[in-house]
Amino acid sequence: MTALASPRAEQRRIGTPRRVAALVGAAAVLGMTVVLSLMIGNEWLSPGTVLRELVDPGATPARDIVRGLRLDRTVIALVVGLALGAAGALMQALTRNPLADPGLLGVNAGAAAAVVTGIALLDVTSAGIQIWFAFAGAAAASVIVYVLGSGGRASTTPVRLALAGAALTAVLSSYVNGVALSSQAAFDTMRFWLVGSVVGREISVLGTIWPFLVAGGLVAAFVSPALNAIALGEDTGRALGVNLGRLRILTALAITLLCGAATALAGPIAFLGLVLPHVARHLVGPDQRWVLPLSMVLSAALLLLADTTGRIASEREVEAGIMTAFIGAPLFIVLVRRRRLAHL
Amino acid sequence: MTTPRTSPPPVGAPVRRRADPADPAGPSGRGAGAVDLGVRSVRIGPVALPVAPRSVLVVVLLLALAVVVAVCSVLFGEIQMGFPRLVATLSGEGSAFEDYLVMDSRLPRVVNALLIGLALGMSGSIFQTISRNPLGSPDVIGFETGASTGGLVALLVLGSGFAGASVGAVIGGLATAVVVYALALRNGLDGLRLVLIGVGLGALLLSVNSMLIVQADVYDAQEAGGWLVGNLAGASWDGVGWLVVTVSVLCLAAVGLSRPLMIAELADDSAAGLGQRTDRLRMVAIAVGVLLSSIAVAAAGPIVFVALSAPQIARRLTGASGPNLVTSGLTGAVVLVLADHAARELFQPRQVPVGVVTGLIGGAFLAWLLTREWRKGHA
Repeated sequence: MTALASPRAEQRRIGTPRRVAALVGAAAVLGMTVVLSLMIGNEWLSPGTVLRELVDPGATPARDIVRGLRLDRTVIALVVGLALGAAGALMQALTRNPLADPGLLGVNAGAAAAVVTGIALLDVTSAGIQIWFAFAGAAAASVIVYVLGSGGRASTTPVRLALAGAALTAVLSSYVNGVALSSQAAFDTMRFWLVGSVVGREISVLGTIWPFLVAGGLVAAFVSPALNAIALGEDTGRALGVNLGRLRILTALAITLLCGAATALAGPIAFLGLVLPHVARHLVGPDQRWVLPLSMVLSAALLLLADTTGRIASEREVEAGIMTAFIGAPLFIVLVRRRRLAHL
Repeated sequence: MTTPRTSPPPVGAPVRRRADPADPAGPSGRGAGAVDLGVRSVRIGPVALPVAPRSVLVVVLLLALAVVVAVCSVLFGEIQMGFPRLVATLSGEGSAFEDYLVMDSRLPRVVNALLIGLALGMSGSIFQTISRNPLGSPDVIGFETGASTGGLVALLVLGSGFAGASVGAVIGGLATAVVVYALALRNGLDGLRLVLIGVGLGALLLSVNSMLIVQADVYDAQEAGGWLVGNLAGASWDGVGWLVVTVSVLCLAAVGLSRPLMIAELADDSAAGLGQRTDRLRMVAIAVGVLLSSIAVAAAGPIVFVALSAPQIARRLTGASGPNLVTSGLTGAVVLVLADHAARELFQPRQVPVGVVTGLIGGAFLAWLLTREWRKGHA
């Protein structure tokens, strides 16, 4: 059925030491990308300078660069990456759909549509209020996709959810385009918002939404073991004593919290939630308790890397949301090609 | 997620109404026999066309509907016009205003919509047949996105204006198709892998489009953004001759392919035996389909959802599980004329791009379709 369909066979092959090694390795990579993100830009700093400024900021130009320019975006990229990695892993496990992604299931589009409505029709310019629109949109979209995807007699299938998400995304994109083209000012604001980016976003937003991120993360950790039980199919999960209705609602809640917060912070960023859970499963096998943290760490590392390379990729900075697509899409295509289709 | 190639596609499966007198296959008509029953072959020179009586009836009705809808779209709107006045205007006896309204404003728009809708519907039908998946339409698997990337590069990077954008769109669409198929080919062509790779590449191209828009200055960006939604508001007679020629040549080619494609779809188990020929046939069909969708994008920008929904509507009208090329094309034409009429008149005095309307209607249609199918226990 899916990449998660044969957990037993794979679990035998991948032992705990290898999983720990993967997680530690990923954390080390994340640490390196954080330092790189603080080092690289118009002005290149040495790793030593960066670490010194972090621990003991002096009154040097380096302090302004590290603290003033690069720390905010690094923190935002870190948080957004963690959140999207978790949301992607949860979504793929819940829907047993290897293609599930906040972007694909319409959650990003819902957030974007709500924010665009706020900007264009209600004249909402403050980021602090925009995030509530993003949340409402993400939540509404996930509810709609889920209702569409689970209507009828038979239970929800991955294909249904993906199709319902594609339908909703198309409707909402049309709406966003229609609204965005109605005025030049709205268009100019929104073309920048609609490209996911970690720069020019307000770090103060993080102060408002951290409780949601923490709550989403906690719920995600709480549901992971139960998600393992439904990996072999919902009937098996029920037989193993999982309360399916409650599991679905809790997981959807976690996804909405995480995606809504991430989108409110950085705008819609695609591909992180799609690709990295695959990489994580490739490294540690299908056990959700390992996939979840690894996919979070890897997503954060990739988003930081995307943001950093975007600074030096061309004369004009390329937004992180675009860089993730450039990095993520080829990776996704390689995955699709390598895996025998029976496993997709 | 897996759809074994031998089972019917999850949503594209033919829906048969039970005890339908117009459907000679009857309620038991599933599987291979259902396609051949009631199908007569009509040979015109070297081309043999499969013809099912119900399909012929549907084609005739759709043709009539297309004409009626087109005429109504010219007649009605913010400014109404009587049929006699239309006839008078067409024969050159209308007032200056009537002449402007019909000949310069409404008629070219309707004609463009008919041709583009035809191209999109046929293109969608070809791709959905080959990929055996309703999501295998050019608007989902990135071909329309690729065409729009080509157009945007011409508009924003090369600064070549809208004529250059058309050329860019065709080149972009073809290039995307070549890349997607090159990547999807591996031990033969697999529909699901094709859709997945198309979705991935489409998302990448969407990012490229955003990047081009963000990097441009606001005036150019808005102009390009308008093009990017798919719009018939500026349609004129200039491109119509070109459009008529290319679309009719490609449509004839597509119709010629419809019988072999149907066999290829049926003869899945023996695909290995047919091997090479099936693959070559698919290549030709794909080339025709990509050209059709790219030309549509070149003419009016990427108009979403027509290619996806028209074949689905057509399948339900004819009840046949073959490629339904002609019915899909005509359905696309009718749908696009209706959508453009709504885009023109619904929000008067302002107009919205037709791509917004097709996105809203088409998405809602797809949602309805999915729930209805599922309620019946399909998929």
